[in-house]
Amino acid sequence: MHDHHEREETAPEGASTTDSSAAGAPAPTAPATQPVSRDAEYWAKGVTILHADQKPSDGINLNVTGRRVVSPIQGFGQMWEKTYQVRLAGASVTPEEVVAVWKEEFPSFWPSGNRFYRPLTGIRPGEVAVLNLSMAPMVRLSTGVMVLYADPESFTLMTPQGHVFAGWITFSARKDGDVTVAQAEVLMRANDPFYEVGLILGGHTRENRFWEYTLVSLAARFGVDGQVISEYQLIDKHRQWKNAKNAWHNAMIRSALYDVTRPVRWGAQKVRRSS
Amino acid sequence: MSQGAVVATVRRVGAQTSVVDVDGSITAQSESELMNAFTLASSGTTRGVILNFSGLEYMNSTGIGLLVTLLVRANRQQQQMMAFGLNDHYRNIFELTRLNEAIHIYPDEASAVQASEAL
Repeated sequence: MHDHHEREETAPEGASTTDSSAAGAPAPTAPATQPVSRDAEYWAKGVTILHADQKPSDGINLNVTGRRVVSPIQGFGQMWEKTYQVRLAGASVTPEEVVAVWKEEFPSFWPSGNRFYRPLTGIRPGEVAVLNLSMAPMVRLSTGVMVLYADPESFTLMTPQGHVFAGWITFSARKDGDVTVAQAEVLMRANDPFYEVGLILGGHTRENRFWEYTLVSLAARFGVDGQVISEYQLIDKHRQWKNAKNAWHNAMIRSALYDVTRPVRWGAQKVRRSS
Repeated sequence: MSQGAVVATVRRVGAQTSVVDVDGSITAQSESELMNAFTLASSGTTRGVILNFSGLEYMNSTGIGLLVTLLVRANRQQQQMMAFGLNDHYRNIFELTRLNEAIHIYPDEASAVQASEAL
């Protein structure tokens, strides 16, 4: 089932309101002594510039080290929220167990031809993974993701400059009655005008299939013949032209240049060795 | 994770400024409460919506996504979003996710209100 609509503004229902302008009593600010927040251990800390150590033998580590992560605010294209869900009906498994398996076996659920080189320590807050994605025959995209957040029932991957989109994907599981539901939720803008055109010309469909395939594979891991429910919401139809310059970091173009110039680098290396 | 609910209370503090006091947890379950509070806060002559995070107890990545969505709504209405009351941890999250580049953070309510009224 696909539901494609622009998010509607809703009328206020439950929010309470008071007028304190007469009272003139501002709310207190954060206390001087700050207790440790309950979510502190789940968030990445102090990551401003990414660094990826992976040296994949069957792939490349490119367009990750030295990049900053980007939220939808820094992206270029229309802002989308996409949700993919699968009900694990009949599987006796808790949300925590689903997410633990998802973290541990993350790349195994992906369509073939796409590689996820995770850090040695696995999916933990602040860790950086390298991605080699098959965009089309002979077209490979090397990029990465940072683990922004990870708790027992969810984890979130955030993209760097040059990735197809600016934003994050949250993978989670929850109980809906007796059934555990697994979900992938993407909040994204295309990072630059080239990617925006690509997404319009089939990239969105391709991405949707990617995550639908992933959820079907995840369900199969728990012995369930899963049916994926997808929902797409256009959060912001406007494009942020001030961010068109993001194209400088475009990982697809840089990956293609890297592949095209491979013979030149190989030749230069050979000359250096012989001299 | 089940982390409790959020209560978002709206106060009108100036001719063109509203404050939303956020108490509790910002997670997927907070969406309707936050959206409704924002709708109230951004009505009329509002030009600045200030989020007071002094009572924020818990936030996950879905919560950050909700704030991004609120920001988009504010931008659409030519309104400015501001914040105060963030402890060091949540201030770091704003910096990590680069939300601080779009939501101006102030040390206290008075300075946020002053900035909003000057818009």
